[in-house]
Parts: sequence; structure tokens; C-alpha cells
Amino acid sequence: MSPRKPPFRLATPSRRQLLAGAAALSAAAFLPQRALADFPTAQVNTTGLAVTDADVTVGILHSVTGTMAISETGSVEAEKLAIEQINAQGGVLGRKVKFIQEDGASDWPTFAEKAKKLLVNDKVASVMGCWTSASRKAVLPVFEQYNGMLYYPTFYEGLEASKNVIYTGQEATQQIIAGLNWVQKEKNAKTFYLLGSDYIWPRTSNKIARKHIENFLKLKVVGEEYFPLGHTQFNSVINKMKLTKPDVIYAIIVGGSNVAFYKQLKAAGVDLTKQTLMTISVTEDEILGIGGENIVGGYACMKYFESLDNTNNKSFVAAFKKMWGDNIVIGDVTQAAYLGPWLWKLTVEKAGSFDIDKVSGASPGVEFKGAPEGYVRIHENHHLWSKTRVGRARADGQYDLIYETADLMEPDPFPKGYQ
Amino acid sequence: MFGEYSLGELGSILVMQGFAGLILFSVFLLMALGLAIIFGQMGVINMAHGEFMILGAYMTYLCSHLFEAYLPSLYGGYFFAAMIIAFLAAGALGLLVEWALVRRLYARPLDTLLATWGLSLIMQQAFRSTFGAREVGVELPQWMMGSLNVTGSIEVQINGLFVMGLTLLITAAVAVLLFKSKWGLQVRAVVANRTMSGAVGIDTRRIDRLTFGLGCGIAGVAGSAFTMIGSTGPTAGQLYIVDTFLVVVFGGAQSLLGTVASALSISQSQSALEFFLTGSMAKVLTLLMVIGLLMLRPQGLFVLKVRR
Amino acid sequence: MAATRTDSRSLELIGFALIALLIMVVLPLMLDIFRLNLVGKYLTYAFVAVGLVLCWGHTGILSLGQGVFFGLGGYCMAAFLKLEASSVENTRIQSTPGIPDFMDWNQLTELPFFWVPFKSLPFALIAVVAVPAIAAFILGAAMFKRRVGGVYFAIITQALASVLTILIIGRQGYTGGINGITDLRTLLGWDIRTDNAKYILYFVCCFLLLGIMLLARFVLASKLGRILVATRDQEDRVRFSGYDVANFKIFVFCLASAMAAIGGAMFALQVGFMSPSFVGIVPSIEMVIFCAVGGRHSLVGAVVGTLVVNWGKTLFSESFPELWLFAMGGLFIAVVLAFPRGLAGLVTDQLIPRLPHWRGWTHRQPSPAPAE
Repeated sequence: MSPRKPPFRLATPSRRQLLAGAAALSAAAFLPQRALADFPTAQVNTTGLAVTDADVTVGILHSVTGTMAISETGSVEAEKLAIEQINAQGGVLGRKVKFIQEDGASDWPTFAEKAKKLLVNDKVASVMGCWTSASRKAVLPVFEQYNGMLYYPTFYEGLEASKNVIYTGQEATQQIIAGLNWVQKEKNAKTFYLLGSDYIWPRTSNKIARKHIENFLKLKVVGEEYFPLGHTQFNSVINKMKLTKPDVIYAIIVGGSNVAFYKQLKAAGVDLTKQTLMTISVTEDEILGIGGENIVGGYACMKYFESLDNTNNKSFVAAFKKMWGDNIVIGDVTQAAYLGPWLWKLTVEKAGSFDIDKVSGASPGVEFKGAPEGYVRIHENHHLWSKTRVGRARADGQYDLIYETADLMEPDPFPKGYQ
Repeated sequence: MFGEYSLGELGSILVMQGFAGLILFSVFLLMALGLAIIFGQMGVINMAHGEFMILGAYMTYLCSHLFEAYLPSLYGGYFFAAMIIAFLAAGALGLLVEWALVRRLYARPLDTLLATWGLSLIMQQAFRSTFGAREVGVELPQWMMGSLNVTGSIEVQINGLFVMGLTLLITAAVAVLLFKSKWGLQVRAVVANRTMSGAVGIDTRRIDRLTFGLGCGIAGVAGSAFTMIGSTGPTAGQLYIVDTFLVVVFGGAQSLLGTVASALSISQSQSALEFFLTGSMAKVLTLLMVIGLLMLRPQGLFVLKVRR
Repeated sequence: MAATRTDSRSLELIGFALIALLIMVVLPLMLDIFRLNLVGKYLTYAFVAVGLVLCWGHTGILSLGQGVFFGLGGYCMAAFLKLEASSVENTRIQSTPGIPDFMDWNQLTELPFFWVPFKSLPFALIAVVAVPAIAAFILGAAMFKRRVGGVYFAIITQALASVLTILIIGRQGYTGGINGITDLRTLLGWDIRTDNAKYILYFVCCFLLLGIMLLARFVLASKLGRILVATRDQEDRVRFSGYDVANFKIFVFCLASAMAAIGGAMFALQVGFMSPSFVGIVPSIEMVIFCAVGGRHSLVGAVVGTLVVNWGKTLFSESFPELWLFAMGGLFIAVVLAFPRGLAGLVTDQLIPRLPHWRGWTHRQPSPAPAE
């Protein structure tokens, strides 16, 4: 356990809620439904946002075209589902939620432009959006300059905290540390081999992993390597791993490289049911391309798996498949995107106002008990307290939950001792 | 870095690393072969080459599903059928493209680059509309997975052997075609002097079309084989193009031997560098070395002396 | 050229005046600042397209790596802006205040030596043009002196674009990595993010673009321009006439690269960041598309082509995202196959001869474009 253990424990409030399907998500379970009359528009909206007596407008900003469309589609779907459910429950402060969807087109300047359009022209009350770090970095100055709220769903490298952003995915230490502790304890691991695609997220994450392995667990890193995005040849590094015989392969490879890596690993006779491999970059979505048979036995460390066995998640998965089709799989980021609209609704109701500054200020401490991953709460630094889980890949492309932390992990985007 | 390992371990790693280099060589050669014969014959680079490979990969994907549904007993052998279908599909599309597009541009090789790039965009979107934007997983028959234990510590990948065998076979077939068949004779004549070949009655147009079709067909087979080691998605073809183009250009036009030598030297240097450096730096250094060498030997490794 | 010399010159002048009118008057009046800023971004690509008209259209050097030079120019500008934005008080939460945030995240504790000169605006402005020009000179000298050209040159520049992208992404402590250099705020204390500043930057961009178009026009109209065209069509004959062809090619390649770099710098200023996604293979080829669609021989055409393709891209990807790649690919093939002289060729060869007034004015009907 890290020295920064969360100081408190929680009962499991989520169990107490009965969520029998999307529409039935009962309003009474959260907050008493407040009447519109209690919240006149002039009072809840003092900064000219797109709020009327009848509705409130939010923005959805993801790539639906270009190379990132594959990844971001799930987030869009989850956000639309959440908005529909919120409306079925009576909306936010008695107002129906409408959304304007903009396409970032996998192009970072486009993200910045569309963010500006949403904030300046459409005056949306909040934006659910972005996926890659590059797109978030591109829109961040826009959100700070024009004072908007962004709910960002992806697990990412940390090193950022803004009053204008709520990070609903895990930052790197949340995702990494608990998993490493687990693998040390359960697999008696002594040596690690770190791999990654060559860009900021894998590099920062591996740096945190290395510091934790060397300074806190007092174990050994026997190799660390990066490959250009899109690299397809991994035989040399597989040989290096055969030479150094690490107890754990720690892989943060993304995109098309992922597929090549796991296929070649399997072909080289590395059996993941015997060789421990841990990844933080392969969700159920990625397994579709890799093929379950190529990664079966590998461990993934993140906060959500589609197979989680709790009532919240069951109704979430059912509602998601009802809305978007049975063939869809739900990965970690999709679930985090689903949290965005809900957290915003709960924050607005806590603040009693749509004003950005009030929402931003009221965010810390907001709890969402209906989250599919279980209870989450917003931290002072605008990231989420959440549990970290280890899953083991099955041949059918789903994960079996092997371990989850007893406590919520504290988000720590600027980790001391890990930089 | 080697102090702590026994001689035996180092020996087996050396062998396996040599084998990894050979696999990379086979992959490069297989990628480049189809492109090289087109480039050699017509002096044009087919920028949609990667997409033709992915077409082959998708054919393999379809085949595996068809076999699973209708011929489950023959599933173990579907891969061979898939390769033939991939060859035919990519080759047929190649013939069509040559007829509709490329033959109009022979006088303008640079424009061929652009037109085939446009083609690659269209093919990418067609894949996306047909098969979806996500990568598809191509399942392999059981016997193709895993590795052979040669000795206790030396393991050899079966699919690596398969790719090597396939590359050898196709290279040999192309060589035989080129140097023993009538078509090959005509190709060589056209390469040496197009006008004169036309004058002695060789139908240069037909030769061009066949060559283009054959090149694309080989790309299809390569793509089919790469489902074993890589990803199959609408834009996966883009992952291969830089390597492929460099192998071909470095090898020099009009020389099969040059392509082989170029694939060998690039793959060996990359594989060795990857072992001693990290993957990223190895890639950059290899590319820079090739660019540097091309500046010294602008026409590639091997040049056929021809009268222009 | 089809029409007589005077005619084609007056046609170009008219085109130039029209484009100036369009970007300086019509668009600013018609569009709000949001859309105008978009147009400003497109116009920065037009710098590259104008450069390509020089080196591809008139000299026959196809570079598939112009994104490299666009990127170098943009990164030089962004480096200056980032250093200004990273003043000690702006960055006091960092473990090393006063260096750009991404360096701090990568545990750099002091500014790398090659970043230091970028604290000075004059140096940065010179570097915007000089760094890409020098890079182009080295590449061009190595290639053209050894008579490498055509497809070889295209593929090598493409590989270079790939190398530079890998390097920028991989050396993130020095370059900002895949996220690029973001959050650029002020230029000598002047906030470049306000609407007012965006208007001013837009007009600066227009002036610069018109300026380099005139420069390009001047080069093409000079004797040098005619040697370039001669080189494209019959390189050996030019060489036999006693000209050192390589030097001319190197010059025009450097010039085109410097133009691309100015575009990159304006991009960084107007968009507020720079990232490796404008350096790689795909953006480089897209810039060639802009030029080809507009007409590879026409300076005005290149600018129009850039605007039209980008406008189409925005329109299509908003309304029919599925169809965009089909449309783009189809357009590309159509232009290459049927209208190798692009939109400009359509106007000069098809449209104008059909206008009775023009026919009288030009005295004779232009013959079809010569085959290339």
C-alpha cells in the first residue's frame, strides 16, 4: 500500500440501491426531486449559460471521424445514455438536459475550435469530452479562458489539475500502484520488464511504476523499452525478455501495436497463463482486435470491467446494450464517460446553481453511489476517489475480477516521490 | 549487460535473435516484393500497397469465418485457401485499378503517387464501411500458434517459419516467372527498352497490366500472412508503407536481387539495433541510415544498366 | 501556357486581386471571428501550397515531406511563445519554475541549450525561416547534387517526415511529445488569445501570404523561373546548356521550405499550439492535395485549392462523416486523371474561352493544355 492511504472507510452504499433498468433508476434514491419553482432561472444561472425554465444544454465533444473515432465512440454512447437516464428521472434542477454534439475529428486544433464554439456560441453548461491527452491539452486553455466545465473520461498520465476539469478516469498512480502491490504479493514477483508505446502516457506511467518498484517495493526493473506508435515487430524485445526472464512483463502498448505485440508474444511461446503479464492499456474494447485467445491469462489493472458483479453495473450493462446493441463491449473509459453527466448533475444539485464557478467549487466531495464501478467521490483535486481492480483476461474477451482494493484509492496527479 | 548470463544462454539468444532478424527480413521482403516488381517494371510507386495488403487480411478474416460456419472439419487448413483467395481478390482489384487508373498515368509517375494515395483513402473508407472501424481479430488454426522447442532454451516460432517459407516460395516463384517464363522475358525486355519492345511486337500494355495485377496479388498474400503477426483494421495498411517504400527504393528499381539485399540489410540492422537500443531509437537510426545511404547511392543498391 | 504571355499575366493579376479581395475584405465581413480564425488556419496551409507550386508545379520536385518544414517553422515560433508563457511566476507550482511545463514533468531541471536562444524574439523569427531553410539546403544539396529526383526524392522526404514525427514524440522532455507545445499565451506581452488579436493575426497572415505569392510570382517571372520550368521539362538539355541544374533546384526547394515554415509559424500563433500531428506523412500529403486541386502551376489556384478542400472537409465531416474519405480520395483521383491543372486549369482552359467577352479580349482561343 502506498504511504498515502485514504484515511477513511466506507460502507457499501451502492448495494442498497435497487436499479432495475435505465428508466427505473429511481429519483428518490439520490436526492429528493426538487421542484422547478425552487430554482428560478435567474437565480441558478447568473452568467448567461444556455439554461431556460425548460431545459439546460450541455456539449459532447469527441472524435466521431478520423483515427480516434474507434476509441471515442464508446464514450459518446455512454454519455448519451447517461443524459437519457437523467432526463427520464426528471432532469437537472427540474430542467431537461439537451446536448449539442461536436466532432473533434481526431484533430487537436479542431477540438480547441469546437470547444470554443460550445463555450462561446452555444454557452453550454458543461462539456463531456476528449479522449487523448493531446486533445485535452489542446482544449484546456480554452476551458480556462472562457470558464467552462469539462468532464474528461480517459485514464491518463496525471500531472494536471484544473478547476475547469473533472477527471472521471484514473490518473496514473491510481491505476499502477495497487496493481504492482498486488502482483508482488500474489505472484511473488521480484523482477519487472517495462514496455510501452513511445509517447507521454506510457512513459509517465512506466516512470511511476519504476519508482514504485525500485523505491517502495525494493524490487528490480530489468528492462524498459519504448516503440514508435504503430510499430509491428516485437520479436527482438521478446528475445530480450527471454534472456532477462522477468517475473512480470508490464506492458503499456496501444493501438495497432497492441495486436502485433500479443500475437507475437503468443507465437514466441510465451504462455500468459504461466508468464505473468500486467497491462494498463488493454480494455475489453482492445481485446476485440487482439483476439481473446491471444491474451488469455494476462492481467489488466484498471478501475472497471464489464463483468463486475454488482447491481449498478448489471443495470448499466443492460441499459447500454439495450440502447446500443448486444454486440458492444464496455471498457474502462466508456464507464468513466458514463460518470460525467451524472457527476455534473449531482454537483449542480449540490450547488443549487449551474454557474461554472459554483459547480467547480461544489465538486469536491460530490458522491455518486449509482456508478457501475461502485461508489465514487470527487477529490479536492477534481479527480475521483475510486477502487483499483485487477482482472484476468478470458478467451471470450472479458475479464474475470481477481482483486479489488479494499479502500478507494486517492487520486494523486502530482505524486511526490514518483517524479 | 551480458556479464550475468551464461554462455549457453547467450548462445541461444543469439540464435533466436538471428531468427528474429530472419523473420523481419521475410516480412520486409514479402511486403516489398509486390511493390518492387511494379516499381521495377513501370517506375511507379503504388501508395495503396498497404491497403492491398489489408484487403488480403480481410479476405483471410472472411475465410476463417466461412470455414468456421460451413467447413469446420477443414478449419485447420483454411489459411491456405485464404491466401489463394487473398491473392485472387487483390490481384483482380489490381487489374481493375490498372485499367481504370494507372495506365492513364504512365507518363507521369509522380501523379501516380497521388492518384494511388487517393485510392488508398477510398479503400480505407470502404473497409471501414464494410467491416467496421474497429480492428478485427483473425483467429488462427491451432497448429499455427506457438513455437517449436529446438533445444531446451531455443524456441522457434511456427508462424515465423511459415512466413519465411512463404516468402521463400513467392520469391522463388517470382524469380522463375521473371527469368524462365515468356512473360518474364517480355517484362525484362520492356524494362530494358519499352519502345523497342513495343516495336518487336510485345504488347507492353498487357505486360504492364499483368505485372500490376501480380504485384497487387502478392500484396494480398502478404497481408493474409500478416494476420498472424499484426493487426487487421481499416488503417493498418498505413503502418507498413514507410518500411515498404524504403525497402523498394533502397533496393533500386529493376532488380529483384536488390530488393532482397535491401530487405536483408534493413531488417538485420533494425533487428540488431532493437536488441541493443530501444525500439524507438532503433527505428529512427535505421531510417536515417537508409536515407543517408540513399544519398550516397541514389539509385539504390543494385542498378541495372539500361539504355533510356 | 496556353494564352499569350500578356494574357496569362493579366489573368494572374486578376486572380491575385480577386483572392486578395476575398481574404482581406469579403471573408472578414461575412464570417464571425470563430469561422475567420478557421480560415486563418487554412491559409497557413496555403503557404505550403504556394511553395509547392514553385518546387513541384514549376520545377518538378515533388516533396511528400513539406510537413517537416511546416513543423520546424511552427515549433521555432512555439518555442519562443512557450518560453514567454513559462515565466517564473506563471510556473511557480513546478519543481523548477521558469521552464516549460512539459520539461518539468520530464524531470528536466534546466532549459536545454538549444532552447535558450529562443528567449529572443528576433532569434526566433530568424530561426523560423533559417532552420527549415538550412535543413532543406542540406537535404537538397545531398539529393540534387547526386541527381536524385522524382519518386526517390518523394519517398525519401516521406521517410524524413516519419523520422521527425517519431523523434518529436519520443523526445518529449525536449519537444513536448505527442501533446505538442500547448497553452501559448502572449507575444511580447500581447495576449494572442483574444478576439482582437485573432483579427490582427488573421490580417498579418493574409499580408504575409499575399507577400510570398508576389515573391513567388517574381521568381517565376524572372529568368530563373524559366530555367526552372525548363529543368522540369528537359533537365538534361538545361544541364547541357551549361547551367548547374542542382543549384537551381536547391534554391527553389529551400525557398518552398521557408514558405512552408512561415505558414507553420503563423499556425502556431493563430491556433495557440503546435503538435507533431502536423508534421507527419498524412498532413504532408494533404498539403500536396491542396496544391493539386487548386492547380499545381497556379499560385492563385493553390490558395483557392487550399480553401476549397478545407472548407469541403469541414462541411463534409460535419454532415456526412462517412463520405469524407470517399470524397477526398475521389477528388484526388479525378484531379490527377482529368484535371491535372486543377481548378486554375479549369478556369483558364475551360471557363474563360467560353465567355464571349473574354474570347474577344484575348484574341485567340487557348489550345488545350500540353501533355506533361
